[in-house]
Amino acid sequence: MPKNPDIKKVLVIGSGPIVIGQAAEFDYAGTQACRSLKEEGIEVVLLNSNPATIMTDKDIADRVYIEPLTVEVVEQLILKEQPDSVLPTLGGQAGLNLAMELEERGFLKEHNVRLIGTTSQTIKKAEDRLEFKSTMEKIGEPIAPSMVVENVEDGLAFSNRIGYPVVLRPAYTLGGSGGGIAHNPEELVEILQNGLRLSRVGQVLVERCIAGWKEIEYEVMRDSAGNCITVCNMENIDPVGVHTGDSIVVAPSQTLGDKEYQMLRTSALNIISELNITGGCNVQYALHPTSFEYCVIEVNPRVSRSSALASKATGYPIAKVAAKIALGYTLDEIKNAITGKTYASFEPMLDYCVVKIPRLPFDKFISAKRTLTTQMKATGEVMSICDNFEGALMKAIRSLEQHVDSLLSYDFSQLDEDALLKQLNKVDDRRIWVIAEAIRRGISYERIHEATMIDIWFIDKLAILVEMEQALKTRELTAELLREAKRIEFPDNVIARLTGRSQDEIKKMRYENGIVAAYKMVDTCAAEFEASTPYYYSVFGSENEAVRTSGRKKVLVLGSGPIRIGQGIEFDFCSVHCTWAFSKEGYETIIINNNPETVSTDFDIADKLYFEPLTPEDVENIVNLEKPDGAVVQFGGQTAIKLTESLMKMGVPILGTSAENVDAAEDRELFDEILEKCGIPRPAGHTVFTAEEAKKAANELGYPVLVRPSYVLGGQGMQIAINDEDVDEFIGIINRIAQEHPILVDKYLMGKEIEVDAVCDGTDILIPGIMEHIERAGIHSGDSISVYPARSISAKVKETIEDYTKKLAQSLHVIGLINIQFIACGEEVYVIEVNPRSSRTVPYISKVTGVPIVPLATKVILGAKIRELGYTPGLQPEADYFAIKMPVFSFEKIRGADISLGPEMKSTGECLGIAKTFNEALYKAFLGAGVNLPRHKNMIMTVRDEDKEEAAQIAKRFEALGYNIFATKGTAKALMEADVQVRMTRKIEQESPNILDLILGHKIDLVIDTPSQGVERSHDGFIIRRNAIETGVNVITAIDTAKALVSSLENTDSRKLTLIDIAKI
Amino acid sequence: MKAFLILEDGTVFTGQSIGSAREVISEVVFNTSMTGYLEVLTDPSYAGQAVVMTYPLIGNYGICTEDMESERPWPDAYIVRELSRIPSNFRSEETIQNFLLQYDIPGIAGIDTRALTKILREKGTMNGMLTTDENYRMEEVLPRIAAYRTGNVVEKVTCREKYVLDGNGPKVALLDLGAKRNIARSLHKRGCRVTVYPAFTKAEQILADAPDGIMLSNGPGDPKACGDIIQEIKKLYRTDIPIFAICLGHQLMALANGADTYKMKYGHRGGNHPVKDLKTGRVYISSQNHGYVVDTKNLDASVAVPAFTNVNDGTNEGLSYTGKNIFTVQFHPEACPGPQDSDYLFDRFIKMMEVDR
Repeated sequence: MPKNPDIKKVLVIGSGPIVIGQAAEFDYAGTQACRSLKEEGIEVVLLNSNPATIMTDKDIADRVYIEPLTVEVVEQLILKEQPDSVLPTLGGQAGLNLAMELEERGFLKEHNVRLIGTTSQTIKKAEDRLEFKSTMEKIGEPIAPSMVVENVEDGLAFSNRIGYPVVLRPAYTLGGSGGGIAHNPEELVEILQNGLRLSRVGQVLVERCIAGWKEIEYEVMRDSAGNCITVCNMENIDPVGVHTGDSIVVAPSQTLGDKEYQMLRTSALNIISELNITGGCNVQYALHPTSFEYCVIEVNPRVSRSSALASKATGYPIAKVAAKIALGYTLDEIKNAITGKTYASFEPMLDYCVVKIPRLPFDKFISAKRTLTTQMKATGEVMSICDNFEGALMKAIRSLEQHVDSLLSYDFSQLDEDALLKQLNKVDDRRIWVIAEAIRRGISYERIHEATMIDIWFIDKLAILVEMEQALKTRELTAELLREAKRIEFPDNVIARLTGRSQDEIKKMRYENGIVAAYKMVDTCAAEFEASTPYYYSVFGSENEAVRTSGRKKVLVLGSGPIRIGQGIEFDFCSVHCTWAFSKEGYETIIINNNPETVSTDFDIADKLYFEPLTPEDVENIVNLEKPDGAVVQFGGQTAIKLTESLMKMGVPILGTSAENVDAAEDRELFDEILEKCGIPRPAGHTVFTAEEAKKAANELGYPVLVRPSYVLGGQGMQIAINDEDVDEFIGIINRIAQEHPILVDKYLMGKEIEVDAVCDGTDILIPGIMEHIERAGIHSGDSISVYPARSISAKVKETIEDYTKKLAQSLHVIGLINIQFIACGEEVYVIEVNPRSSRTVPYISKVTGVPIVPLATKVILGAKIRELGYTPGLQPEADYFAIKMPVFSFEKIRGADISLGPEMKSTGECLGIAKTFNEALYKAFLGAGVNLPRHKNMIMTVRDEDKEEAAQIAKRFEALGYNIFATKGTAKALMEADVQVRMTRKIEQESPNILDLILGHKIDLVIDTPSQGVERSHDGFIIRRNAIETGVNVITAIDTAKALVSSLENTDSRKLTLIDIAKI
Repeated sequence: MKAFLILEDGTVFTGQSIGSAREVISEVVFNTSMTGYLEVLTDPSYAGQAVVMTYPLIGNYGICTEDMESERPWPDAYIVRELSRIPSNFRSEETIQNFLLQYDIPGIAGIDTRALTKILREKGTMNGMLTTDENYRMEEVLPRIAAYRTGNVVEKVTCREKYVLDGNGPKVALLDLGAKRNIARSLHKRGCRVTVYPAFTKAEQILADAPDGIMLSNGPGDPKACGDIIQEIKKLYRTDIPIFAICLGHQLMALANGADTYKMKYGHRGGNHPVKDLKTGRVYISSQNHGYVVDTKNLDASVAVPAFTNVNDGTNEGLSYTGKNIFTVQFHPEACPGPQDSDYLFDRFIKMMEVDR
């Protein structure tokens, strides 16, 4: 069936801010879909609140709205833009839920807008627990005995009947939010209450626990003619019980025979057909490990995280094909872009093995429980490809950038056998390392399997890796042994460590024996057809297929690896734009990256894609083959920056700012010299290596001080210390991570935090705009609300900032991007940080100022001058609207994480509020972040002493908005003194009803809790904040944020928001 | 022990010997299935061929004898990237290593199967020799390799005597040209009484049993080498008994009716081939294993019309015989290994027989 001619203008709804369970994969899917639609001449209107995405670029869609994802906004947008269709299946659960609400309200029908891709009946059948159950029963597909409950009593009664443990799954939530396994009535009540609250429809599914069964997924496509195919299947190494997003996953399945494989494949096709899905769909199964019994766990009638993984694992562009199907095409009409010869109506065949490992945030949330459950916790993931499983696993491990490079990286050797067996029963992110230790101790496969339920096939593969460790340690390193170690992807540094040789010796021995990496192509068809897609992975011991190209100048773009807190999708935005810009300048582009969720790892972004770990050795192998003319590191975040030195050693010129100058910005002494030369002040500080030195420095400077390691992103390990004990603790934490670089101790300055991104061509600079943080210094810039244009600093301060930026960029010989953070105390401006590279604010500031910073920086890197590019150097004129970037957190997903903000970054994503007035922009930004007030008009305040005066002012304003204010004793007293009508509430340790009961009573809109600084944070505060977050109450931990929130609620009519087309800026 | 795979064009792959260490010359073909190695090994259509698995990890779930598609493995040799050190599956009874040894099948592991597959794709299917003799002399072995012909392999794989799978439904005569077990099983499962006949059974003998329908199975080798069988099929064609044929059976029926067949460059072997039902426009993913294909160029529409084509390369995948209750397919609706999407064809056959009855 050809394209439906009635579809001319399509609204695509994106997925909003990056949160755990909904990450970059939807930018990838959305971007691919928009391009696919535009290819067909469709006018694309895009709505997404996330400014860091590539999909919200004017190159990707015709009209771009970075507005909150609420029903009201979509309705207004539809009235304004008059699209004929809405494509809701590419924006994750957020987009799907919105579309469903619009449909249910009858709005779409009323305005003659159709849902394309998949109908609302289909979505309902798949997503509504009851309908799903009856649909599955109708076609005879087994599901675990279950019941949808809407209250705790029914849940208890049903669980008593089917027996514990039971699994709880709230309807319509992301990444399994609020779900879990309950082993007894107490746990059931706790999880169920939470789940009922989080579900959009107040429903939770209680079902038989199938934990320990094999978890298998199928990615299925279907067109309107009813043709279906499976793109691939995947097997979770972690059995049912761990969310698939937190599991180590292998594609294709490894331990299923053809009978099991086809049984589940046929089931998946039956399901997609019965649900009448047109587009992509993901079906998750639990397969009994010792029988053919299986259960359908879940169906996602849309593209998902798994479909992004499946696309990258197979080369089959699911989102692109789904978009074409939505337009009416059938699978046999859509060309397979990889082969260019075959069609989308085939099933990819892999001749390699793919491993995905989740990137978990426990390095950021030290207090959080590491336990993995059905509630997803990973912020991102890495994928690797190899022709054997062991190698794929090893490559994925070193792609994580979590200080791990082998199965030796977490040390459990100090545990005795009992403790080790106990540890084996714990399901956490270090489980494969625990298994490796168990294997080293000679614990049998059967025992390991009993404890973990992980299939013996995988345990044996881990054993092969452990045996290689032993062999390298004990046997003579022959060429044959080395060849075998490389075949299963032991990196040179690990071989060196185990054999007691140097890494260079190992490398030399490899070269002498011809043991070098070869590259194979991902071609969707196991070499059956010729493919021209330049998508490669490395293997050892095979013939090389990647041909060194020549002719054009060639540039290597280093990607940014897995999405983690502090290094998110922004850097993928920068990498992709840089690649496109180089391409436009006539360069051949090569991307190296290992993140399957991103646009940069789509095979048609660069001329060549190497899906590889970003370690010096892996990069060098590619460099040896490709011999690039240069590499750009300034767009790929810290991952890429860290490779600078190695690249230089390989003889690859670094394009743009040179490595020495990158160093100069990070090296305290060099940097101080530059500042002094330029006459730029910075907060006094010292470089230290030990806790003693740190304390000495702190006392000299006077507390409070900022303590942080150099060479980090996202403020990892950065803390404000108010006394010697704090310093001791922080240095301890910093040193837990291997530390080659010194520690910085700086005087902590209270003031306005200001940030700029600038392009420098060596002489001139271009500053698109100055951003000002709402929260005063001390809260990480990534966690602060950022306002463009800066509104509370004087013209003189702005001039100073422009001047300092220019001086710094010139002194550091920046060619390309620079990001500088300042503190303004009155009219004084101090520099606190300089990063001679792209930053996380680059996509935001580019979009709201209309200055395409990345392409400009790329041109400058290639020798162009700002003046030649049509720009007047210096600070660009300010816009006549406000654009506010709001951080978004995923605290509810991470049990035990402290949500109070500080110098260490904790947010996972961001959204934008843009409007003519400051208050409206602020309102939209809060709204986009999910703060939708007022509701019950009840709030709680409990603030530290320093904040009491300001708190009283804020309380008055909330009171004027009609809020009832509850407060604990100290705060209440201060508020009363300021004539605020306040209701005193008891503290946690006091008898009920106390503050906790108030929070759990579901009638509270907001908690303002500002914790005291330093280690001595109150335990009460922690419990209040956690409970509030887990009850879905908005929590604010900085007084400035509270002030901003109340401003946003004043004088804003939520029904009359103005929508701004970013594409026209 | 080292093993060498020497191709007709002189390319040599060195790996480790698996299974039997005996020397063998055969025609090398590749299969892209990611699961179902046992079904591939026991598919009689591979008789006279050496099979390369493009999926690199083989043997993961061991050997489950109930999944065998015939009583033994047939390929002359088995070529893989890696054999799993241990099998893991609740039904596994044996390792693939032992299985190959038990049936004296020689093989090679540890070679770059993708590189080998690319050679076969680019140059076409060719002969090869598998040997563990390090001192082979190229100039001596190459002519021997080139001289290899698959020969009349149907004779080798067909059953020796007729046998019956009892049932109350339609009586099906299944002509075993090298049939995979799941053909009979698919019919039997639907209640058919299935009588399986050796390939060289005379038409008269089959017809004497008064079947309600005739099924021509898959099988190995060049269809044109089956002249005698084609003569018998001509007789079966002339009756009004419904006939359903798969793979070699499909080719023989076409040859019996004046169509031609030709050898493809490297064939279709795997579980991902899209076939289009030309009547409905629907596309099904099919299991395939064939090196020859029916040439529809000179097909007389009054005899038969194409019913299915391959979406990838447009080759014929099925025929519908004009004015006859006969339909034949090139792909494998019996799956095993591979997708079960076209399983409905057995229902169509049953319906045909019931109407006819």
